[in-house]
Amino acid sequence: MRKILIIIPAYNEEKCLTGVIEDLRSHYPAGDILVVDDGSNDGTASVARGAGARCISLPFNLGIGGAVQTGYRYAVAHEYDIAVQFDGDGQHVAADIEKLLIPLEQGLADIVVGSRFLTAGEYRPSFFRKIGISIFSRVLSSIIDIPMTDTTSGFRAANRRTIQFFSAVYPDDYPEVESLVQLHRASMRIQEVSVRMRDRSEGKSSITPVRSVYYMVKVLLAVIIDLMKKR
Amino acid sequence: MDIVKVMAVTGSGSLLFVVFELIRRGRLKERYSLLWLAAGVVLLILSLSRELLEYVARLTGIFYPPSLLFLVAFVFLLLITLHFSAVISGLSEKNKILAQELGLLKQALEDIRNEYKRS
Repeated sequence: MRKILIIIPAYNEEKCLTGVIEDLRSHYPAGDILVVDDGSNDGTASVARGAGARCISLPFNLGIGGAVQTGYRYAVAHEYDIAVQFDGDGQHVAADIEKLLIPLEQGLADIVVGSRFLTAGEYRPSFFRKIGISIFSRVLSSIIDIPMTDTTSGFRAANRRTIQFFSAVYPDDYPEVESLVQLHRASMRIQEVSVRMRDRSEGKSSITPVRSVYYMVKVLLAVIIDLMKKR
Repeated sequence: MDIVKVMAVTGSGSLLFVVFELIRRGRLKERYSLLWLAAGVVLLILSLSRELLEYVARLTGIFYPPSLLFLVAFVFLLLITLHFSAVISGLSEKNKILAQELGLLKQALEDIRNEYKRS
């Protein structure tokens, strides 16, 4: 029996977390749920434990990258075969995890990214977001030579090789795009599958206009530097 | 002795003295003080010897020799801050790993506790 870990990075998500964990427990009971509480100052950790999930509380806020990597380190320590990254804000659909795992189980990919753009869904991004999404997807697609539609998706499934890799190397902030480039450079196979995504049930995106500029610059710079690094 | 020389010698002399004192009292680690010491020594030598200062200024095309002191001090400050940025990057990586390990340890401890309670 393969062991599956579901990693939920959570920063002040006490309102959504119960629903997310319930969704996972009823629609994907095969996975062990690990919430990584990234130094929240609300009741995230106790809500997670109360809903029956395991919880790692980081002593202070590390940012999404550091939190997710903690999950991958846990996966290595407890010898999980597959790790699934799942958002704590209710965007992702637990029933779609099955779909993500198919290419991993067939041995066709080392990481599978859940894309909301692969088939037309309800999600309608704002104008600026659309521009950002298309820039990232063009840059990334040209680097890894396969089309990527949803480069910033935080809904991903990784096999043992990728778990091992991520536990050692993972970017600190806005990690999704950069980590795919790093995986590609380490000759891991990347695949996208189509998933549904819900509107976030509570709270706003952490991306404000000023941050989105930082986001673009940081990610593109990081990608360029990654490409220049010695292997 | 001109006033510029007095000021320059006093300035670089006190820099060296303060750095030495900090090292002696264990407030500054040697590896983070090397650049400061180098800056102090170079500035002191250039301040003491007017001939050397004028010679190097002529070589580098600097019209007013004492401004060479500013250039040297500026270059050292750039090096020192760059060095600090590199040190901070290393520290923040180590800090991240420590925080992650602490989180993992606390979780492992909790697991063991729960198991112990059950048995």
